Amino acid sequence: MAQTLYDKLWDSHVVHVEDDGTALLYIDRHLVHEVTSPQAYEGLKLAGRKPWRADSVVATADHNTPTTDWDRGVEGIDDRFAKLQIQTLDANIRQYGAKAYFPFLDKRQGIVHVIGPEQGATLPGMTVVCGDSHTSTHGAFGCLAHGIGTSEVEHVLATQCLVTRKMQNMRVAVEGALARGVTAKDLILAIIGRIGTAGGTGHAVEFAGSAIRSLSMEGRMTVCNMAIEAGARAGMIGVDDTTINYVKGRPFAPGIESWERAAVYWRTLKSDPQAKFDREVRLEAAEIRPHVTWGTSPEMVVTVDDAVPDPDREKDATRREGMERALVYMGLKPRTRITDIKLDKIFIGSCTNSRIEDLRAAAAVVKGRRLAPNIRQALVVPGSGLVKTQAEREGLDKVFRDAGFEWREPGCSMCLGMNADRLGAGERCASTSNRNFEGRQGEGGRTHLVSPAMAAAAAIAGHFVDIRQWR
Amino acid sequence: MEKFTQLSGVVAPLDRANVDTDQIIPKEHLKSIKRTGFAAALFAAWRKDPDFVLNQARYKGASILLARKNFGCGSSREHAPWALIDHGFRCVIAPSFGDIFFNNCFKNGFLPVVLSESEIDRLFYDCAAFPGFKLNIDLQNQSVSTVDGAQAMHFEIGAFRKYCLLNGLDEIGLTLRHADKIREFETRRRTQFPWYY
Repeated sequence: MAQTLYDKLWDSHVVHVEDDGTALLYIDRHLVHEVTSPQAYEGLKLAGRKPWRADSVVATADHNTPTTDWDRGVEGIDDRFAKLQIQTLDANIRQYGAKAYFPFLDKRQGIVHVIGPEQGATLPGMTVVCGDSHTSTHGAFGCLAHGIGTSEVEHVLATQCLVTRKMQNMRVAVEGALARGVTAKDLILAIIGRIGTAGGTGHAVEFAGSAIRSLSMEGRMTVCNMAIEAGARAGMIGVDDTTINYVKGRPFAPGIESWERAAVYWRTLKSDPQAKFDREVRLEAAEIRPHVTWGTSPEMVVTVDDAVPDPDREKDATRREGMERALVYMGLKPRTRITDIKLDKIFIGSCTNSRIEDLRAAAAVVKGRRLAPNIRQALVVPGSGLVKTQAEREGLDKVFRDAGFEWREPGCSMCLGMNADRLGAGERCASTSNRNFEGRQGEGGRTHLVSPAMAAAAAIAGHFVDIRQWR
Repeated sequence: MEKFTQLSGVVAPLDRANVDTDQIIPKEHLKSIKRTGFAAALFAAWRKDPDFVLNQARYKGASILLARKNFGCGSSREHAPWALIDHGFRCVIAPSFGDIFFNNCFKNGFLPVVLSESEIDRLFYDCAAFPGFKLNIDLQNQSVSTVDGAQAMHFEIGAFRKYCLLNGLDEIGLTLRHADKIREFETRRRTQFPWYY
């Protein structure tokens, strides 16, 4: 019978099924970070258990880590709670082991969803879990990858399995070519705008179509990363040459002895032509324009040439109240042109958009120009130490610094503001991250989600501009 | 894990759709390495508003939260159910939930109940109309009912999850009963796909 990619990944990992459909799913790769793992290791310790396969664990500290003053070392972290979490991860990995650990200050440290693929620790056909909802990122490699809670982190550590149920199949096909200046970020924001923030709930979403196939792995990761913002725990894309070429030669990728066999298997990891989906959505790539969120949920999004919507035109009462509350929080009036919105801060980074391609796109816009006077701070936070090194080799750090941006050390940073990188109350930010929730980037902070090029252009102009008209 | 069998309690209505886990517990409260101590962090930003539902005397001691669709969307932080539990909640009723939050609830003896939009509308109305409005939850019978018995609503729950909640079972212990099967699976996979090991 014809199978979807998700069906194939599911079938190849089921260990046991209960009568009601609850299954034990085998986990190949377990990514661990400092914020959602301490209670899991403590639980393991209290129960006198050991990890089933410590060799499946790849760990790093990213959520809490500072992006400045690395020369002061761990002792230099002023936030004592953050420091304790980072030290606790060190101690847990020392005690229980891991396949690889990239601690704070390591050259290869970075955002867990950037370094997994970068190291070849994420391979096609794997099940990948992490105590972080943006684990959907790894689905770009033809993996079944999703976020889990801390109790599940403990469960996977102890049993190498997840207790779960099969989701439904959904396909989002994007056909045609994206216009110049329109990126993977705009594509996924357009999808979220179409299906809503709960549109993919209960589904594994496969992104397909010629526009998806044309994306680089970086672009595919951006798309899968935000599947969760459409409610889908797992997003995924079938394996092709782009996938296999990206993986080849990475530190944890298969060596020469098994490469050919692995690649032959990986090429089967795509939906069969006759496969049935429970739900299908189709978008035309040519119609997608640069997107900007205006509200406090990623579904509150419009195109850059549009205006802030008017709640009075919304018929559904719950939605209307949500829009009104969002406008108050965001300090915006209905019908304001998006290009009239002035910014205070710029954030280029996060597991959505901090890879080398993202930094190149932003730098190309910034080159030879200066921040607008109303921009109080503009941060560039590379996704990993290796991305940072590569960018510096290309001189991108100088492009950003000359323009007035701050060039920081890698980490999650202002995407969620667990470290010192935050918005103040009322500050408005063009951000390449993934969530514009109330307070996400700092209490009272106002977030607009955009692509790296759009964030860079907003930094120079001081307000949003249509990147398609950027000279 | 604590058992969940029956619950009778005051209902607190949170009339907003798409409440994300960043609202349930803002990130500055995620820096603990413990599973408890999050009561004050629950809805920390919203609670600064004196009119916020949890600040109103009539909902003091509420153990059931009534919410709108897509409750618990966003981040995977299990601190969200931990904070709800620490504050005194044992159950949340909504028309739909974020997938990861929904899962996390069951690991903590905390029951998420899905009812229809129209049933939820009615409950919001009742909460507003009757100070001290209470509901009875019976997991064995999968029912939510008003204390006078005038309304009774049925909810669905997977048999395995129900069994675990009713008995307060340690899921890891249950899974390890299948240790031999996991080991067999792993051996087979290691032979077939050695590059994953």
